[in-house]
Parts: sequence; structure tokens; C-alpha cells
Amino acid sequence: MSRSYDRALTVFSPDGHLFQVEYALEAVKRGTCAVGVRGNSVVVLGVEKKSALQLQDPRTVRKVAMLDDHVCIAFAGLTADGRILIDKARVECQSHRLTVEDPVSIEYITKHIAGIQQKYTQSGGVRPFGISTLIVGFDPNDKIPRLYMTEPSGIYSAWKACAVGRSSKTVREFLEKNYPEDLSRDDTIKLTIKSLLEVVQTGAKNIEISVMERYGVVTALEQSEIEKIVAQIESEKEADAEKKRQRVAQTQAGQASMAMGSALPPSAAAGNETETPASGGEAAGTAAGTAGDATGSGIQ
Amino acid sequence: MECSFGLTGKDFVLLAADTSAGRSIIQMKDDENKIKALGPHIAMAYGGEAGDTNNFADFVDRNLRLYQIRNHTPLLPAAASAWIRRSLAESLRSRHPYSVNLMLAGFDITDSTSHLYWIDYLGTKAIVPYAAHGLGQYLALSTMDKWWTEGVDKREGIEILKKCVDEVGKRSTLKFKFNCILIDASGIHHINLDSSDPIAEMEQAGKAAEVINPNPPLDVGITA
Repeated sequence: MSRSYDRALTVFSPDGHLFQVEYALEAVKRGTCAVGVRGNSVVVLGVEKKSALQLQDPRTVRKVAMLDDHVCIAFAGLTADGRILIDKARVECQSHRLTVEDPVSIEYITKHIAGIQQKYTQSGGVRPFGISTLIVGFDPNDKIPRLYMTEPSGIYSAWKACAVGRSSKTVREFLEKNYPEDLSRDDTIKLTIKSLLEVVQTGAKNIEISVMERYGVVTALEQSEIEKIVAQIESEKEADAEKKRQRVAQTQAGQASMAMGSALPPSAAAGNETETPASGGEAAGTAAGTAGDATGSGIQ
Repeated sequence: MECSFGLTGKDFVLLAADTSAGRSIIQMKDDENKIKALGPHIAMAYGGEAGDTNNFADFVDRNLRLYQIRNHTPLLPAAASAWIRRSLAESLRSRHPYSVNLMLAGFDITDSTSHLYWIDYLGTKAIVPYAAHGLGQYLALSTMDKWWTEGVDKREGIEILKKCVDEVGKRSTLKFKFNCILIDASGIHHINLDSSDPIAEMEQAGKAAEVINPNPPLDVGITA
């Protein structure tokens, strides 16, 4: 019975779902990952890009696009849908300038894009856009970096750091754990790449980074720069792992000596045999616990 | 009454437009800018029905910009002129046509050629080496006919333009002030026609004489 509720888009299922919208979210999850991170003065977009086929021109595959001088967009999901939505947004950007003689604010264009996405969940004969977008930029006459996300349902929200697309949950959790306040330009770029590396196994060659420094100033990072930062992150990770290995070795040594200590004087505790192994076990447990705390996030 | 001139040279284009704004015999303003930069190497001088002029110029500006953002490349002067002409031709056949005459000047950096297009509100387009709209058509075209030669340099071009402005001053009862720009490979520059050597003044001013490019290139998403 419930099968018929995903036929016509505008029909709710009895339990209040719009199946087509939920399927659109699935399409988003299949898209390559896109990350946005807001620093104290810059905002960075990082995307995972599929490696181009041998005979393909990689320049024609775009995941990041400019909507206007000061607005940049990245999306995850169906590329063809993205193209259409981007075009609509670009027209709106220029139309806004024509009618009010001002560039759009980032929230305005986000709201507009989300509005279009919502319209496609409530009209007949259409299907929703299979994309989530990250919209970044600076408002005119303003120094605050902005980052918004929109979804196929038409929801939009502002973020400090956000990810959409494949494994976005992993990346978002990583960002939640590692996002410090007051990020400098370089740290923002580093955090973006670091978070992308959580899901991009192939490293720098499949990462694209766009940095918006201030109103209207956007740069795409060179491949060599990305490689440098990836190498830096990897060497830091290596150093961390080395430290961790040393700690584990120390702990193991400690445990061993502890076990030896409790095992050594069996005759001394002859009167109460059960007590000795129990206390020994407890000591070892505490040592392991301390080691765990010291390595901190390294273990998790 | 209005007056504007355009003139091409070896590696540059000049545009000059009067700066008066008013109705019939009353002048309301003498510093109205009727030249609009549409890109790093393209600009237009426009005149006609007050209101229509600014509206249409903004419309053109935004559409050329939209084209650039959509296609990651700006429209070259020839293509832009075709688009503008068509817009005016379509407008003429609508209920409320724009009544705007204009001259489009541009420098094509891909092949280093200067371009000048004379376009009127009827959707007429002519590719011309020198041209005028308004009073200038009646009073100074003959001056340009006499002095303009193929491949004039910047100084000679300015001299011809000055002769035209003088001619209009001499033969008309109206007194015009002129706004002037020069487009070459390095961009759009303000020209002070009252100066004894406008080119030297422009070169000396350097960046200060540059007309701010309203439509900078956008190249994110293009990776080599």
C-alpha cells in the first residue's frame, strides 16, 4: 500500500513523509563530499573531486562555482541539478543588482536558493533537486565570513563549519571535535583539508580548495599548495602516532612490572591470597586509564 | 540636446559624451556621466530619453555580467554589440520601447583590435571608424571626415576629438562640457580634454586615471 506514496511527489505518506524528498537526500549522500569552514576572517570551501577519466578534460568538471563577485557555492549530489540551480541563482544575483543597485547578501541568496528547492517539493510534475549546497561569501561592506547550507527539502541554516555529501557525517563529527574558535587563514585551510582527508583516501590530487579572503577576493589553491599542506598534516599525524606508540609501550612496560610486582611476593600475602591479585589488577587498570587520558583524542 | 563622439585609432578607442542633463531648454545638471564601463576593455556612451538611458545601460551591464559569470568568459566587443542591437530591436517591437542611442567602444585583447559600433534606438548597428550621436552628427562628422586617417595614434586621435568639440562649441548656441575615456590594451582611462597634453596627463596619473572595472574576472572553479 505505502508504495503508492512515492509516486506523486506532492502526496504525503500516512506517517507524514515526502518520500521523494527523502530519496533526494539519498542522492546527496551519493555525491562527493563538500566542506565549508568559517575562520575569523576567511571562509574556505573544500571539495572532493572525482579523478577525471584518462581522456577527459578535468577543467570541465566543476563542483565549485561563483554566483557573483562575492558569493561562492559548492554542492553535493546530482551535478546536472546543481548546474540548473546555480544558473537560477546567478540570474537572481544580477537581477537583484539591477533592481536595488546592491549586490545580494549571502543570506538573501541562500534563502532564494532554498526557496527554489522548496518549490520543487510542492509543485506538480516536478521532482526535487538532488543536491545540498554550501554557500559562502561576504556581505557587501562587511568583514564577517558567512557559511550557509541548503537541502533538497528547502531547509537552510548557517554554520561555523559544515559538510555535505558522501560521508558527511564523519566529516561533520570530525569538525565538531576539532573546530576551535578564532581560526586564522592558514588554520582554516588546514582544518578544511584535514577534515576532507577523513573521507578522501587518495589525498591531495582529489581535493580542491577555494579560499574567500574578503568581499570579492577568491582564490583557488594550487595543487602544489594543497600537496604541501597534506604532507604537513601527514607528518603531524605520523608524529602523533609515534608518540602514541611510545606511550603504549611505556604503559605495557608499566603493566608488566606491576604484574611482576604483585606476583613477586606470594609468601608475604600468604594469609590473604585473594586480595593480592585483586589489588594488582586494579593498579594495572589505573595505569591503563591514565595512559588513555594522556594520549587523549589519539586513541579515539 | 546631446552630443557624443567615438573614434578608433591604431591600438585604442576614444569615447566622448557631453555631461548635460535637462528637459527642453532647461539644464538641470552639467556633470552627468553618460559613459558606462561594461568590462575591463569595453564601454558605451549613451543618450536619448532620460530614464530610459540609465535603465537600459544598467540592463546591458547586468546582462553582460551574467554572461561572463555563466560562461567564464566575457563577451567580446563584436558579440556585445550584437546583443545590444538585438535588445534594442526587440524592445522597439514591444509595448514600451527603449529610446536610447549609443556608441559601443571596445578593445579586443585577443587580437589587439579596436572596435567602435554606432547603434540607435531603431536597432541599427554600424561598424564605424569614427561616429557621432546628437548634435555632433550634424556639426562634426565633416571634421572627422577631414582629419581622421587609418591608424591615427593616441595624440592625433585626441587632437581630432578636440577639433570636433571646438566645432560644436563654435557652431552651436549650446555650451557643452565633455566627458572622455580612452580604451587600450591596458584598460579604460579617463581623459581630460582641457589639458594641453591629455595623453601625458593620463600616463602620468597612471592608476588614478583608470576607470574602475566594474566587472572583474571570476575564475574560481577553473583549474588548469
